[in-house]
Order: sequence, then structure tokens, then C-alpha cells
Amino acid sequence: MTSSATALRTPRASAAPARRRRSPHTAAWLFAGPTAVLFTAFFAYPLGASLYQSFTARRDGVDVWVGLDQYRRLLDDPAFLHSLVNTALILAVQVPVMIGLALVLAVLLNQSWLRFRAGWRAVFFLPAITTLVAYAVVFQVLLRTDGGLANQLLHALGLQPVDWLNSPTWARISVIGSVTWRWTGYNAVILLAGLQAVGRDQYEAAALDGAGPLRTHTGVILPQLRPVVLFCTITSTIGTLQLFDENYVLTRGGPGDATLTPVVYLYKVGFQQLDFGYAAAIAWVVVLLIAAVSLLQFRLYGRERRR
Amino acid sequence: MSSTPVRPQRPRRPLPARLGRAAALAVLTLGAVLSLIPFAWMLLASTHSSAELFHSPPPFLPGGRLLRNLAHLQDSIGFGRVLLNSLGIAAVHTLLSSLLSAMCGYGLAKYRFRGRGLLLGAVLATLMIPLQVLLVPLFQMMANLGWIDSYQAVILPFLANSFGVLLMRQSFLDFPDELLESARIDGSGELRTFYQVVLPCVRPQLGTLVILTFMGQWNSFIWPLLMLNTQDKYTVPVALNTLTGLSHVDYSGLMLGSFLATLPLMVLFLLFQRQFVAGLLGGALKG
Repeated sequence: MTSSATALRTPRASAAPARRRRSPHTAAWLFAGPTAVLFTAFFAYPLGASLYQSFTARRDGVDVWVGLDQYRRLLDDPAFLHSLVNTALILAVQVPVMIGLALVLAVLLNQSWLRFRAGWRAVFFLPAITTLVAYAVVFQVLLRTDGGLANQLLHALGLQPVDWLNSPTWARISVIGSVTWRWTGYNAVILLAGLQAVGRDQYEAAALDGAGPLRTHTGVILPQLRPVVLFCTITSTIGTLQLFDENYVLTRGGPGDATLTPVVYLYKVGFQQLDFGYAAAIAWVVVLLIAAVSLLQFRLYGRERRR
Repeated sequence: MSSTPVRPQRPRRPLPARLGRAAALAVLTLGAVLSLIPFAWMLLASTHSSAELFHSPPPFLPGGRLLRNLAHLQDSIGFGRVLLNSLGIAAVHTLLSSLLSAMCGYGLAKYRFRGRGLLLGAVLATLMIPLQVLLVPLFQMMANLGWIDSYQAVILPFLANSFGVLLMRQSFLDFPDELLESARIDGSGELRTFYQVVLPCVRPQLGTLVILTFMGQWNSFIWPLLMLNTQDKYTVPVALNTLTGLSHVDYSGLMLGSFLATLPLMVLFLLFQRQFVAGLLGGALKG
């Protein structure tokens, strides 16, 4: 391996074959070392600490080892079970709807006759770069029960106002809607780039074979897009399992537990109830769920790539 | 001769094709309107008083209270100072983090050394761990160090950026070894080779990383919220958040602050759209 031959300050004269060889480790660690130290201090250590914490509980001001007690607590905790059900609901409803919408947008954005493509793309991507607090504020204002723009629109259409953030069902719908608002364009932009990698000639070939636009896409183009669709599905699934932002800033997980997610719950348990052991146990269940889903999907992804 | 060539009469498209295009444009327009309404509302709201926002019918034209809302925002949270804090933190964090990512990516791509597999594995693992798992132990660590309410507590724990390391490693993998060899033969040290020969070649990827890192830090909320607790140290999102908890919420001020908080990223995105998209695709197409 040529790059392993590392000679610091080799004099010009003694160049080439008889170069002084130095351990490649020194130079390599010069580059990778700082990051490795930071990862150890601020990632590996807290990760280990939280795993340890999940087996402890605070009794009379000291942490004592309680084995799997915290994990057993989770099984009987209705709030935690609700948070899992909510996540499953979002996975089953929001992710497919969003990927479907993103696909439609991407296909439309990829039409050869469309003008100002970069402009359209920017408009659809904008929600993804919005600061979380801004996003929370604007949706609270839009969805306010009394005089919010959404309800004024319903009123203008002759419909009853809706209690967007305070009724369990509508709060779920609001959260799903705002997650979709924020991430659909982001996924569409990724899918669009995938579509652009498919050659124009394939559209022409399909058209010559007499396929209409719909057949061309379902039969020829979309099958080639499968790896990119899978990538978007994986990242959205992991994002859903870690969902915090929308549910925390819009509804604080409420009303009741209607929009509670595991990570919102862990934040409340850790930083409001200061029950660190229990929070750590919740965190590790989330980690295991993500690991399981990622493993499953990476398998699919691998199979896809071997095709 | 006139410079306009004689164009053949374009044949009229068949009706179904024209209808298809009209439908496609209608769907795109609807999507764009839904996408933009919250931004338009933010901008409009910042020119009205809070009470006017919830009037029926709502205001559709800009009002005259923009400057008054701005002055109020400055009075209530010291918006200018807070903006400078955000800029400073994001700039320092971006500079250090991008440099460290590039160095680490280079080390992983171009050297074989003991611990390389372990480091790469650790980098990949961080991508799967939600930030919230680390929050409690990191918080305790910062408290033990006495770093609560300091800028280094906001910046330091997240300098090592696994996405950045992977992105840079990917771009260095394609860098020809022969060029490195010839730089070494010319007597250039490892660090000098890196800064003078290698880094300039990956400027596009580095640009992508800088932009995405800046955006991430600028938008970062939970960690600064936990770390900072005096107003003159707050970042924009943390300062705006203090306004949401009051009994009488100043919605106009909040909407103006929100718009101003989003504006720098909008400008960045419009200027560097291509790099943004390239960064998103880091994993999607190469994977």
C-alpha cells in the first residue's frame, strides 16, 4: 500500500526507493486523533454512562444497582406504551403518505418541459431548513383554535372550527401534518436527484415502445429508483423513532399522552422528573428499536444493491 | 439577414398532453403554496400587532408596525446581542468541526493503522444513536466540569461530526495516491501535504460540509437550551423560546424573530443550493 509509506521531511536528495520509512501510525493519528479523542470523551463515555445508569435507581440520594428493574417498569407504564403506539401510528400513516407525496413531487419536478426547476426545488426544500422554534411558533399561530388562520379558513368555507392542538385526534393529525410539511420537500429533492440519474433515453425508449407517461414511470423509471426510495424510507423511519421536535414544541406530547413519543417521554422523565435511571432505560429501548429497524432495512438495502 | 433563425411552426400538442401539463402545474403550485404559507404568514405577522393577527378577517396586507415590533424584540430579549452570539457560536463550531472532520476523514481514507476499523465503526454507530440518549450524562459531565452557561459547553461536545467524517472520507477515497507520493518525494511534510495539496482538491465537498454544519449549529436548540441560562449568552432559538412561555405571548415579536432567525439560512440555501443537495445525496446515490 503506497499511502502507508510515511516519510516526514524526506530530503529531496534521498528521494524514491531508499526512502526512510516511518510508522504510519504517527501521521494517521495526527489526523484522526483529535476526532477520536472527542468521540471518546463526548460520545463513548456518556453512552457507557447512560447504559450503566439504566441499571440503577436513586434511593435516598445515592445511585444503587437495581438490575433490570427500570426496564421492567417500562412494561407496566401506560405512558410509555402510548408513546410506542403513537410512534407505530406515525410510522404506518405518515411515512408512507410523505414518501408517496415526495415521489409525486419528484416526478413532476423532473418533467423535461418544466421551467425554473431550481426555483421550484428551493420552494419545496425551504421547510426543511426552518429553525425549530420558528416552525413551532408559526404552527401554533396558524393552528390556534381562536382566530388561527386554519380555523378562519374553515369558517370561510362554512365549516366548524377545529380544536387543532387540544383534542387528542386533531393533535395527532396536526403533528402528522406538520412533520409532513417539514420533510416532504426534503425527500422530494433527494428522489429528484435519483430520477435525474436515470438517463433521458430510457423515457424515449419507453415512449417508442408505446408506453404512456404513467406506464413509463410505473414500469420503467420507478423500479430503478428503488434504492433511493429505500434510502428515504430508512432515514424517515429512523427519524420517526427519534421524533421529538414537533411533538415537544407543538403539544408537549399532549393532550394526555395523545402525541407522546418515546423521546419526548424520555426528556420529560429525565429533565422534569429528574429520574435519570428510568430516562436512560427509555433511551436504550429507543436505541435497540432503531438498531433493529436499521439492521432490517440495511439488509433489504444490501439485497437491493446486489441485484 | 436577421439574427433570428426561421423557426419551424411548432406542432400543437394533443389535448391530453396539454391537460396533463396543466394538472401537473396545478399540483406543483398547490404544493408550493402550502410550502410557503407559513413563511408568508411569518413575514406578514411581523408587520402587525399580536391582536390583529387573530382578527376576523385576518390581515392580508402588510401593516406598519415592523419597526415597533423590532424595537420591542430588542428590548425584551436583546435581539442584536443574541444574534451575534448565534453567529459567533455557529462560526467557531463550523470552522473547527469541518477542519476536524476533514482531517479525520483523510486519516481514515489514506492510512492503514491500528484502531482504524474501531474508529470507523464508532463513527457509523453515532449516526444511529439519538442525541437524547447522551443528554443526561453529558449534562452531568458539563456540570462537573463547571462549564454550565459557557460557550465551550455548547460547542465542544458536538465538534466531532460523524456525518462530516464519512462525507470527507468518501471524497478522499478517490484522491490519487500517486499525488500524495510525489508530494512526499518533494519533501513536503504530512500536514503540509494535507493543507496545500489535498484540501484544495476537495473544496466542493468541504463547502457542502461547511454549509450543513453551520445550518445544524444555527438551528440547534435542545443542547444550548440546557447549557445556557443567562440572557446575554443565549442563542436566537433559546432566546425566542423564553418568549413562548410568558402568560401574555407577543406573537408578532415572535414571528418577526422567527423570520429573522430563518433568513440567514434561506439566503445560504439560495446561494449554495447545489452544495446542499450534493450533501443530502452523500449517502443516497453512492450508497
